[in-house]
Amino acid sequence: MTSEPIIHIENVHKRFGNVHALRGVNLDVYKGEVIVIIGPSGSGKSTLLRCINRLEEFDEGRIVVDGIPLDTAANINAVRTEVGMVFQQFNLFPHLTVLENILLAQRIVRKRSREEATRIAVDLLHKVGIPEKANNYPIQLSGGQQQRVAIARALAMNPKIMLFDEPTSALDPEMIQEVLDVMLTLAREGMTMVVVSHEMGFARAAAHRAILMDEGQIVEEAPPDVLFTNPKQERTKSFLSKVLH
Amino acid sequence: MQIANPPQASSTARKTSIDQWWLLVFAVIALIVILVIAQPDPYRRILVFVEDGVWVTLRTTMISFFLVLILGLVVALARLSKLWLLRGIFTIYVEIIRGIPVLVQLLFWYFAFPPIIQNLGTSLNSQALINYKADPNFMAILGLTICYAAYMSEVYRAGIQSIPKGQMEAARSLGMTYFQAMRYVILPQAIRVILPPVGNEFITLLKDTSLISVVAVSDLTRRGREFMASNFIPIQPWIMVSLLYLVMTLISARVVHYIEQTTKIER
Repeated sequence: MTSEPIIHIENVHKRFGNVHALRGVNLDVYKGEVIVIIGPSGSGKSTLLRCINRLEEFDEGRIVVDGIPLDTAANINAVRTEVGMVFQQFNLFPHLTVLENILLAQRIVRKRSREEATRIAVDLLHKVGIPEKANNYPIQLSGGQQQRVAIARALAMNPKIMLFDEPTSALDPEMIQEVLDVMLTLAREGMTMVVVSHEMGFARAAAHRAILMDEGQIVEEAPPDVLFTNPKQERTKSFLSKVLH
Repeated sequence: MQIANPPQASSTARKTSIDQWWLLVFAVIALIVILVIAQPDPYRRILVFVEDGVWVTLRTTMISFFLVLILGLVVALARLSKLWLLRGIFTIYVEIIRGIPVLVQLLFWYFAFPPIIQNLGTSLNSQALINYKADPNFMAILGLTICYAAYMSEVYRAGIQSIPKGQMEAARSLGMTYFQAMRYVILPQAIRVILPPVGNEFITLLKDTSLISVVAVSDLTRRGREFMASNFIPIQPWIMVSLLYLVMTLISARVVHYIEQTTKIER
C-alpha cells in the first residue's frame, strides 16, 4: 500500500429532500485494498458507493479518485473510465448480445478497434467462465451468468477501481457463489474494490477492512475478523446479531 | 457499432393473421378497380382528376413526418434536460401547440403569418420582408411539422422514460457521455417501445393532411372537392377519395405492424 489513497472521501454530505442520507463521511481507500461496507438498508452505503463515480451528486465535501477531484463534467467522465461499477440488477443492455455488451464502451469510449476489443472481451468471458454465451442475449442467461457478464463488461475498460453495489442480492442462492468466486479472483489479483454486501464469507476471505455504516455515518471499521467477532460499538453488535444467526 | 437484430419469435399463427389483414388492403384496391371498370363515368374520370392530389398528400405526409421524427426527438431531449430554461421553453411550446386545433394552426401559418412578416418589414424598412409571400406547400408542411413535432415529442419522452434508470447509470458508469448513452443504449431500446404509437402518429398525420386543402394546397381532398364543384356530383367523388385514403392508411398500418414484428425484443 502506498501512502497516497486512491480514493479520498472527505466530509461528504448528501441530502434527498428532508432525508440526510450521508452525514459527513470520511474514508480513504488505498491501492489494492478490498473494502466491504455493511449496514442496515437506508444506512447510506449504496449512496456512498454511487458518490464515488458521481452517479449520485453530493452536497458537501470532497471526493478525489486517483488524483482527480470529482468536480467538472470532464473530470467526472475521466473518473468513470477508471472506475468500474457492478449493480444489484446487473443492468446489462438487453438489445445487445453478451459480446456486444462488452464491446460497446470499449469501442466508443476507449476507441479500440473491433479486433482488439473482441480479443479483450473473449479473454474476459473466459475469465468469468462463460465464453460459450458470447452470442446470446442477456435474457437467455441466468442471473448469475448475467452478473458475471456485467463484471466482464466493467473490467473491459481496465478500471483501477471496481465498485460492487450489492452484487449478489438479486440472485438465487445457488448462483451467489459463482459471482463471489469471480470477485475473489479479482481481489487476489490486487484489484482495488469497494463492495457493499452482506456476504460475510466473502468479506472474511477477501476484505482488508470491513465498515459498518448506519444513519449516514461510518460507525466502525476494522479488519473483517475483528469487526464480525469482536466489535467495539453497541450499534455494530446489534446489527451483526440480526445478520449472523 | 453494428447492432444485430435479436432472434425473431415468429409463429405460424402470427403469419396467417398478417396475411388476413393484407386481404383487406387488396379488397379495397379491388373495389376501386371494379368501380373504375364498371362505371368509368364518373369513377375513372374522378381517379384521373384526383391522381395528382394523391401524390401531393403522400409527399406532404412523407416530408412532414421525416421532419417530425427529427424535431420531435430534439424537443423530447430538451424536455428531459436538466437545464430548467430549456425544459421550460419546450414545455410551453408543447402545451401551446396541444391546446390549439391543427386546422387553426394551419390557417394561422398561411393567412396570419405572412402579413405579420410584412408588417415587421414595414417597421424595419426591409424590402425583402415587405415582399414576403407565403408558398402554400411550404406553409402547410411547416404548420404540420410544428404541430406534430409537439405530439411526437411526447411519444419519444414516454419511450425514453420507460427504459429503466439502471440502463443510463450502467452506460454512464462505463464512461459514456449522456449523448453516447442515449444513442447506443437508451434510444435503440426506446424505439422498439414507441414503434406502435409512432406508427399511429404517421397514420393520423396522413389523414390530417386533408386539412391543408383549406390553405390552397391541391391535395387529394381539395382535388375531390374541385371535381365535385365543377361536375355537380356530390356522391361519387367522396366515395373515391375515401377509398384512396383507406388504401394509404391500411397499407401504412400493415407496414408499421411488420416493422414491429421484426424488431421485437424481450426483456
